[in-house]
Amino acid sequence: MEGAALPGRLNWQAATVIDLIDETPRVRSIVLECPQWPGHRAGQHVDIRLTADDGYQAQRSYSIANAPEEAQLMLTVERLEDGEVSSYLFDELRRGDALELRGPIGGYFVWTKEMGGPLLLVAGGSGIVPLRSILRHRAALHSAVPVRLLYSARALDDVVYRDELQRIADGEGVDVRYTLTRQQPPGWTGYDRRIDALMLREVAWPIDARPMTYICGPTSFVEAAASALVALGHDGPRIKTERFGPTG
Amino acid sequence: MALISRGFHGRRPAVDPTRVPPGQYVTTDFPVLSAGPTPRTPRERWSFGIRGAVTTPRSWSWDEFWSLPTETVTVDIHCVTKWSKLDTVWTGVSLDAVLALAVPSTTARYLTAWSEGGYTTNLPLEAVTGGKAWIAREFGGEALHPEHGGPARLLVPRLYFWKSAKWVRGIELREHDAPGFWEVNGYHNYGDPWKEQRYQGD
Repeated sequence: MEGAALPGRLNWQAATVIDLIDETPRVRSIVLECPQWPGHRAGQHVDIRLTADDGYQAQRSYSIANAPEEAQLMLTVERLEDGEVSSYLFDELRRGDALELRGPIGGYFVWTKEMGGPLLLVAGGSGIVPLRSILRHRAALHSAVPVRLLYSARALDDVVYRDELQRIADGEGVDVRYTLTRQQPPGWTGYDRRIDALMLREVAWPIDARPMTYICGPTSFVEAAASALVALGHDGPRIKTERFGPTG
Repeated sequence: MALISRGFHGRRPAVDPTRVPPGQYVTTDFPVLSAGPTPRTPRERWSFGIRGAVTTPRSWSWDEFWSLPTETVTVDIHCVTKWSKLDTVWTGVSLDAVLALAVPSTTARYLTAWSEGGYTTNLPLEAVTGGKAWIAREFGGEALHPEHGGPARLLVPRLYFWKSAKWVRGIELREHDAPGFWEVNGYHNYGDPWKEQRYQGD
């Protein structure tokens, strides 16, 4: 029965929207009060379920953006053309609304303190979301694990969590690099092309540092980044990937 | 009882409910979901093995394996991440044919498929026998691309697609079940899309 506390089962639960934050013109964060949230590990995701008044339903998965230590759950969602669920979350959802979800889901694309580092985080577009959870978890732990982040976006205005990443770069010793693939502001000194082996050779940790690598983004991006790292000699099992396609 | 989402009406694509399981939507893309980098095994280093609770353990080279009779099937596939893809066309060797050559022990009840790169998934034998599973090397009439599991993947269309192990290199028959990669990472042990067995406890 839904709602009953069956052990080991991910039950649907109602969360309340307490804030909506427009991160970029196409990306929005949803901050949720979720009284029955069982906790999560950095990098996991949830399933969202929407139900129309005649019972029609649609479900999608979204990465969790906040650290496990934070009280409120935050999801960050990219608006997709013709996205049945993402367009609702953008156009209709308001503060105070109830949103049904279950989770946390996924035991693979996670980082815990025990896994150590150094960490290489590689984000494509809204693929930054689960990596933000990892960065915030690391900060909450006061972890000294060295981190390099390589973030590929189309333009500076498409960079999600831009101010926060700047603060992390300035204050927490995280090495944040950007590549802007479509449009660069005047005087831009970062990368200006799609991720490739040359870029990763410059940004990645040396192989003998045995880094843990987390790559999240669209399929073609993840394929390119992961293949390049393997070609550079990085250990496949230490490269964790999360791919998403523009399908919802 | 599900909570009604204020203002949600849905796009309601015209789908045949007998073909699209609950919670799924139909896509014409072929999204890629896999854990870790895509392995690229040249055919000359590829082999396929069957071991464990069988009378005759076997190992085939690429040419040996693909001299076995193949079938072309049109099936619907369902990914746990909610997409379904209808009328997909695959060419491969039926697992029935592979099993017949190795002769499962009478005590064999389960199998674990293993893949290049370390991926594993577990299945009850009855879920893959009787025309329910193939080792596939062609999708849509073309060689299966590496990101979709090429050179060859397991195809078990009746179950969520993580059971259709990409880059499959062999199967081990077992008396007892042993959860595989996603099955120990929170996903359902069996994975029937029609019962929406996505996660542990579903």
